[in-house]
Amino acid sequence: MNVRAQISSVFHLDKCIGCHTCSVACKNQWTDRRGVEYAWWNDVETKPGAGYPVLWEDQEKYRGGWTVEGGRPALRQGGPGATLARLFHNPALPVLKDYYEPFTYRYQDLFDAPAGDDQPTARPISLLDGRPIDIESGPNWDDDLGGSPVYAAQDPGLARLTAAEREQLFEVERLAFFYLPRICNHCLNPACVAACPSGAIYKRGEDGVVLVSQDKCRSWRMCISACPYKKVYYNWSTGKSEKCILCYPRLEVGEAPACFHTCVGRIRYLGVLLYDADRLAAAASRPDAELVEAQREVLLDPADPAVAAEARASGVSEQVLEAARRSPVWRFVKEWGLALPLHAEWRTLPMLFYVPPLLPALAGPAEGDGGFFTSLERARLPLRYLAGLFGAGNTEVVEAAYRKLIAVRLHRRAAQVGDLPPAAAAGALAAAGLTPRQADEIYRLTALASMPERVVIPGLAREEQTEPTADPQRQYAAGFGFLRPPVGR
Amino acid sequence: MSDLFLFGIFPYLAVALAVGGLVHRYRTLRHTVTARSSQLLEDRALYWGSVPWHYAILAILLAHLGATLFPGAWGRLLGAPGRLLALEVSGLALGGLAVLGIALLLVRRSRLGASTGAMDWVVLALLLLQAATGLYVAFTLRWGGAWYVQTAAPWLASLATLSPQVDRMAPLPAAVKLHAVNAFALVALLPLSKLAHLTSLPVAYLWRPPQVVVWRRAPGGPVRTPRPAGGGSATASRG
Ligand code: SF4
Ligand code: SF4
Repeated sequence: MNVRAQISSVFHLDKCIGCHTCSVACKNQWTDRRGVEYAWWNDVETKPGAGYPVLWEDQEKYRGGWTVEGGRPALRQGGPGATLARLFHNPALPVLKDYYEPFTYRYQDLFDAPAGDDQPTARPISLLDGRPIDIESGPNWDDDLGGSPVYAAQDPGLARLTAAEREQLFEVERLAFFYLPRICNHCLNPACVAACPSGAIYKRGEDGVVLVSQDKCRSWRMCISACPYKKVYYNWSTGKSEKCILCYPRLEVGEAPACFHTCVGRIRYLGVLLYDADRLAAAASRPDAELVEAQREVLLDPADPAVAAEARASGVSEQVLEAARRSPVWRFVKEWGLALPLHAEWRTLPMLFYVPPLLPALAGPAEGDGGFFTSLERARLPLRYLAGLFGAGNTEVVEAAYRKLIAVRLHRRAAQVGDLPPAAAAGALAAAGLTPRQADEIYRLTALASMPERVVIPGLAREEQTEPTADPQRQYAAGFGFLRPPVGR
Repeated sequence: MSDLFLFGIFPYLAVALAVGGLVHRYRTLRHTVTARSSQLLEDRALYWGSVPWHYAILAILLAHLGATLFPGAWGRLLGAPGRLLALEVSGLALGGLAVLGIALLLVRRSRLGASTGAMDWVVLALLLLQAATGLYVAFTLRWGGAWYVQTAAPWLASLATLSPQVDRMAPLPAAVKLHAVNAFALVALLPLSKLAHLTSLPVAYLWRPPQVVVWRRAPGGPVRTPRPAGGGSATASRG
């Protein structure tokens, strides 16, 4: 057993209101520099929808993630030989128009316009080179257009649905959509790391954060196509790849990452998970339908004394162990089985889990099954669509999570309002495999938990060590504390 | 006199600048060494320019290198007319590809104002000049594959042994001289331009484990012991 710690997170999609506060906090902190204006380490997408960059889920196009060859995981975009052969042109790389051309406005026009009868306008200009452009898309261009034929109909996830199921999603008066905030998953089997010819991307041993060494990155841009989530971005000005760093400078001093801190819906949970590094390859090689279960299996119970002993032997510190025992992520993922990985079929073992969004709740009693909420069978979001996102196609794991979510609602309704026969609530709990106590705990952590309960940051004591990077005060135009941008363009 | 400078002194200046400059750049500004790809901004023309250019120029450079390092074997290889002809034809074809590729890359730059600096233009122009003079020499002065072994290769070898034989180059036509001087100009530009990416070809990728795990280090070495087994080693196979 080779026990390692991983900072991981849960996003509770029922609570996301699509406000983009998270995106803006991240943007202003990390990617407001020249070269990454188009990059959003955190973005919020409307689902169903084509996403950002457009059609990122289409791995026929981008060739991200892993497949299984001869019982072992193999990069879909090709092994080292094939990768080196494509150094000079990467056929699977998204180009700028797949994201959007970053723009600003020539506000000075408003001041300089001569007096006249018409209103002066500020022309949109490209942030690349200042030339006037017609804006054709933007970072959240398709917000709330979940049901629209223009954007949502392109969603690759719809391919697995029947015509009737698709109808169900797009019927305008019954239009249903939800928000999907995405950051880098800091995967256990990151395809970005495996694809980097320079070895510039690495996983930090202590906390599992995946980083790009700006010193080693040589602009081979293989990570960008290899990451199936498209969460590495290319800085066209410095010629370096950049990605979500899970705000590790904040984590190290006990602060929540900026997107977690600012999240208005309080959808974000962060905690430590322990896992067995020796079992990763085997887990990533299992058939699609078993992947969610396989991923849960590599996670180790921090309360188990045997695991704790192994963890100490592997160099996991006492503070990290303690944080793992209080981890809200562990509860959502392992204890309750409510949170599921996004697109597990890409086999990167993503460490950001999602509680799937509950079917739109009705104000009045739903017909049929006697509950107050719409039933799983009558869900507006087809179960198979959600299984495509969160179950690697396996509807059973998603259904199990939904049974629990619905049971918790019925249980709380019976307890709080009392207009539901207790037997109905008890029946739902039994069907979902939850005890009333667990249901109350789920309710508590979902609805009432305070920041220290939602975000449990282990003391990494890094402040006692010498920082590996330069003086963090020096955040100039080149970014990452470098005083000089790359020379010799 | 000018021959002495161009073929006896300038090469040493260029190599000294290249070595010193690269060492300095790696030690103080390592993050600036990058191929600085512009594929994100423009994709199609890059494909038609970059792929032919890089493969053709790699093959041509290897042929130059091979002939310089192993003149005897190279001479024997070209001893038969059939083989000489085959090599001349493939050399010409590769030269043509290189010229077309780099020319396309140069034209393409005009569309990439945002990520293009003065040095991009200088490098592309010099590379085009280099490929074009090479092609011109190969086309007008036939059987260069054979006479290169008697002229330029010994000169390069004499440079390497610190006893430059300038008179090897002196009688050659101007185009050949330009080709040789421009080559060293490009060497001199290595540390000053994005050509520095030539020095970091990632061949080690072929045997590196697919996953890279880095443990924190204090300035004097690892912070903690025991170091967990498997740190920095494969956790999954690569395909
Ligand atoms: S989400 Fe993408 S960038 Fe992040 S660790 Fe996974 S493969 Fe790498
Ligand atoms: S801040 Fe929170 S609620 Fe708002 S969009 Fe982001 S994740 Fe959703």
